[in-house]
Parts: sequence; structure tokens; C-alpha cells
Amino acid sequence: MLAYIIRRLAYSVVVLFLSTVLVFVLVAESGDPLAILRSNPHVSHATIAVREKLLHLNLPLWDRYWYWFSHAIRGDFGQTIAYQPVGQQLWQHFGVTLRMVILATLIATVAGIGMGVFAALRNGRVGDRASMTLNFLFLSIPTFVIGLLLKEFVAIPLNQHVNRIVFYTSGEQSPTLTGGFFSRLPDYAAHTALPVITLVLITYSAWAIYQRSATLDAIDSDFVRLARAKGISPGRVLTRHVVRNALIPVTTVIALDFAGVLGGAIVTEQVFNWQGMGTWFIQGVSTLDINIVLAYLLITAVFVIGFNLLADILYAVLDPRIRYD
Amino acid sequence: MTEPFVPPSRTDEGSRAALTEGDLDVTGLSGGTQSAPHEHPRAGVEVPALDQHGLDSQDGKVKGQTRLVARRFFHQPMAVGGLILFALLGIASSVIGHVWKYSYSQITNQFAAGPSGAHPFGVDDIGHDLMAQVARGVEKDIQTALLVALIAMVIGTTIGAIAGYYRNFADNLLMRFVDLVLSVPILAVLIVLGHLVSRQAGNWFWVAVIIGVLAWTYVARLVRADFLSLRERDFIEAARALGSTNRRIILRHMLPNAIGPIIVNGTLTVATSIILESTLSYLGLGIQPPEVSLGTLVASGQSSATTQWWLFVFPAGFLVLLILCIFLVGDGLREALDPKKTRVRA
Repeated sequence: MLAYIIRRLAYSVVVLFLSTVLVFVLVAESGDPLAILRSNPHVSHATIAVREKLLHLNLPLWDRYWYWFSHAIRGDFGQTIAYQPVGQQLWQHFGVTLRMVILATLIATVAGIGMGVFAALRNGRVGDRASMTLNFLFLSIPTFVIGLLLKEFVAIPLNQHVNRIVFYTSGEQSPTLTGGFFSRLPDYAAHTALPVITLVLITYSAWAIYQRSATLDAIDSDFVRLARAKGISPGRVLTRHVVRNALIPVTTVIALDFAGVLGGAIVTEQVFNWQGMGTWFIQGVSTLDINIVLAYLLITAVFVIGFNLLADILYAVLDPRIRYD
Repeated sequence: MTEPFVPPSRTDEGSRAALTEGDLDVTGLSGGTQSAPHEHPRAGVEVPALDQHGLDSQDGKVKGQTRLVARRFFHQPMAVGGLILFALLGIASSVIGHVWKYSYSQITNQFAAGPSGAHPFGVDDIGHDLMAQVARGVEKDIQTALLVALIAMVIGTTIGAIAGYYRNFADNLLMRFVDLVLSVPILAVLIVLGHLVSRQAGNWFWVAVIIGVLAWTYVARLVRADFLSLRERDFIEAARALGSTNRRIILRHMLPNAIGPIIVNGTLTVATSIILESTLSYLGLGIQPPEVSLGTLVASGQSSATTQWWLFVFPAGFLVLLILCIFLVGDGLREALDPKKTRVRA
């Protein structure tokens, strides 16, 4: 087991390294950050040469990569084109996004598994049909449509109706916020609620559908029939035999979908004007700020690969039938 | 959301078994003989199979697999409804594009007006007729998504088939490449690429290409898993013993037996690629003006969603309807190709 984990860890590091190479080539070839400067006749060649040197644009691609990579693994992500340190901006935006993503993933996991098991137990009946219809509906609504619906047709009318702000629809916190963590908590909550609900709704539905299917599989299996025949109480059959087995495939699906949650977070941040990583990333892309784009993609790759690793290890822990050697 | 939706199916075992049970093995065997190619059907879903359902049918006649699948599909009201609605949307959008008195790019002499007899969906702030624009958006979305699905299916099936059939080195290499592609959120890569192609004129084609070259990974895994188990079966062994080339075994014997999951996944890819394309267009990095897609229409209608509701409600409503229809069709196809599942339900 330990050998398996170590082998998986080593493999993840290799994938991460190759992923940075691929991403670097993609980003470096996607445009010239100095194009605007070059098209300006009042900027001298000397100035451009200095800036080229600063961004290492004069070096061959591989040297540029190595320079970036060797600094990035030590936590130095270079400078933005406005001469600001990228690392500082990254962690600031990262914290904002993390708040939304972690809450949403936790709630969506509980909701998805709960809804899935519920639907499977009500198989074919009204509860099953209603929850599956709802799941398919949410599966079909793009993130920005759910976000805009919640913002324009739920939060704003509600705020107007009760004549005070229940849900903030813009930004991750009030700019004038002061005081300790607990006095700021209500403000955080009122800002975070809608983006988290948006992310939960787009995420949980696929997990619920998957969980339902896995639970039905388990209910239909021979070992559950045997457990029933032995006279084990229905509640115990459900928790120990059905759900325990049905959770195994779903764990992998949830971990693999984490990249999707991060993608959804980009759109959610745009809809609700959050100054999170996604917004920062889009600004970086549109200004061709290579170091910002690279830092974002590196951090998300670390998280996605980390979650995949976690999924593999969880799989081994949850399913003792699989041998790893 | 960006991850292609994983259908909750037992495709690995259930549907493949359903497709290969009965006399398909015999077909596989006879397909290997070059002498009498006319004697055996071309394999695949058209092959008459001694399926359980076929034997159970009232007259005891052996029915074609396609007809069985079709019958199971058309017994599901939601899936049939989705298919009809999707067809209606597709036809209506292209008909409106041709016969409606306003074109999507034409500026009418009205502006910022709600739905009326002259403009059923209203007019935007500049004076575009919204019905013409929504119809154009639906048309472009379907066009883009079909191209994405085609690209993703071809790449995914090829890579999955090679990895699953040759195993060892090819399998390792190709599947590690899949891991690599999946290591960053697909939407983030699309944003970088979208920024590149957003400057191209008539760029819906390029938008489809960039989504297509990223959306194939799930199909590749699916096909690989199918091929890994198919290659161990007796009829493949027989075909190899009869001297069939690898290429022939893959194309004539294995691919037809794996076609069910591929079709289901292709349908779901159409739906997920509409989500991806509209998201990219919403962010301003997909389809560019003067061309419209439902994503760009929602983006331009969002600021006045409550005051001029028609600018948001019509594009967003049709977008959701379109995606929902395709998901329902995909789910219905999966059920139809997966009889084991239906047994659980009954």
C-alpha cells in the first residue's frame, strides 16, 4: 500500500512537470506581450530591448522555460508587465477563490450523494422522478445562466422587497470592512452565499446522477441480496453494504471533477465581480501577461493533480478488493 | 461543468455485453474470412442479434439490433420529447434565418422595445430583431457543437482504440497524455486559446476546433476500456487466427462492438460542447460579433435582465432548452443500449 502511494506520488510529480512544459509552450506561443509597445512609433528600440530582456523574450524557449520553472518552484513567479510581483497577487486572489471553491465542493458532495441515494431508494417513484428531473435541469444550465438568474431574478428582487441587502451581488466583501474575523463574518456570508449556491447547483447534479446509478447497482448486487437473506436489518444493509460500496466510484468522479469546479469558479467570479483567481487569470490572458497566466495554470494543475492522487489513494483505501502491487 | 459529463452507465460491462451477446461472435468469426464478404452483415448495430429481448418478442422473430435499440429508445417519452424538440429547434432556427423579414445583423427602425407583433422576441438597444438573433444563435450553437463532437469522437476513438488494442507502450504513452490534458481545467486552456482565435474572422470554426481538440479525453478512456476487454474475447482470437490484420480487426470487429458507448458519449459531448462554447462566448472569447451565439446574446442582455427581460430570457431560455434536449436524448440512448439498467428499473 505504501509502495503504491509512493509510486503514485512520483508519477504525479512527473505529470505536473510535463504539464508545466506543455502549458509554458502554449502560453509562450499564444502572443507577444510587447506587441502594443512595438506598434507604437514613439517607443525606441532600446526600450523594447530592455523590456524584452526583463521578460526574457530574447532567450530561446527552453531557456525561458527553465528560468521560469526553476524560480516558480521556489515560490518566485516573476513580475507582471506592470512590474508587480506575481506571487503576492496570486496568493491574495487564491484566498478569495479558495473560500468559494471549498465551501461549494463540500456542500455539493453532501447534496450530490444525499440526492443520489434518496433517488435510488425511491427508484421509479415520484421522489426519484422529481429529483432526477431537477438534476437534468441543473446539468443543462450553464454556470453563467444560473449565476445571472440568481443575481437578477432572486437576489435583487429579494433585496428590494425587504428593503435591505440580504445577498450582495457584486464583490467578495465590502470594501470598507473593518474589525475582527467574527464581526466580518456576516458580511463575508452575504457576499459568498450566491456564488457558492451557483457553483453547488452546477456541480452536484452530475454527482447525484452518478451516485443514484451506483446505488442502484449495489442494491441489485448479489452481496446485498445475501446480506438481506442473512437477516441483517434494512438500515444496516443500506449503510454498510449499499452506500459503502456505492461511494467507491463516486469518490473518483468527485475528485476528477475538481478541475471542472475550478473552471466553473472562473465564470462565477465573472458574474459576481469577485476579484478571485479566475478574474485575475482572464485579465492576465487579455493583457498577455504571461507570468500571471502561468502562475494560475501552475496552481490549478497542482490542485487538480493533487485531487487525482487523493482519489487514487481513497480508492485503494475504500475498496480492499483491489490489489496494488 | 467543463469536464465532459460522465454518463452514469455500466458501459464497461452492461451495454457492451448487450451488443455482443448472441451471434455477434459468429459474425466476428465470419468477418475474418475474406472469401464470402457478402454473407455476413457489415457488423455493428445492424447485425441481427439473438438478444434476450428479441427472443422475448411476441412473434418470437429475431429482430435487428438497431430496431431493438430504436424500440427501447422510443418507449421513453422524455427522450422522444427531447429528440422532437431538438429537431424542431434545429429546423425552426434555419427556416427563420431564411424566411424571416429581418436578418440577425440588420438594424431595424425600432430599438429597446419588448415583444410585439412585428418583433415576437423584442428588439435590443441598437435595433436588432431578437428573434432573428436567437435563431441565428441556435443555428450557430448546433453547428459548432456538432463539429466539436465530430472532432472529439474521431480523436478520442482513434487514441482509445490504439491504446486499448496495442496496450503496453502505446497504452502507457497515450493514457499518460490523457492525464496531462486533464491536469488543467479545460475552460482555462480554452480561455488562453480563445483569446488567440477570437481575432479570426468567421471564427466559429476555430472555436469548434479548439474545444474539439480538448474534449476527446473521456471518449478515449471509454473506448480504451472497451477495447481492453474486447481484445480478450474469442471472436477476436478467431479473427486473428484466420490471419486478419490488426487494422482489419480494429475496424471491422472491435469498433462495431464498441459503437454503442461511443454514440451515447458523442451525444453527451454535443451538449457539453454547447455549454463550453456558450461560456466562452459569454466571456467574450468565443464567437465574435457581428456573428452571434446564444452566449454572446446572454452577455449583452445581462445588464438589463430585469428592465428589458426579453434580452436575457429568450437567449438564456433557448440555450437551456437546447442543452436539456440533447442530454435527454443522450440519456435515452444510454438506456436503450443498456437493457440491464432497464431491468433494474422495472
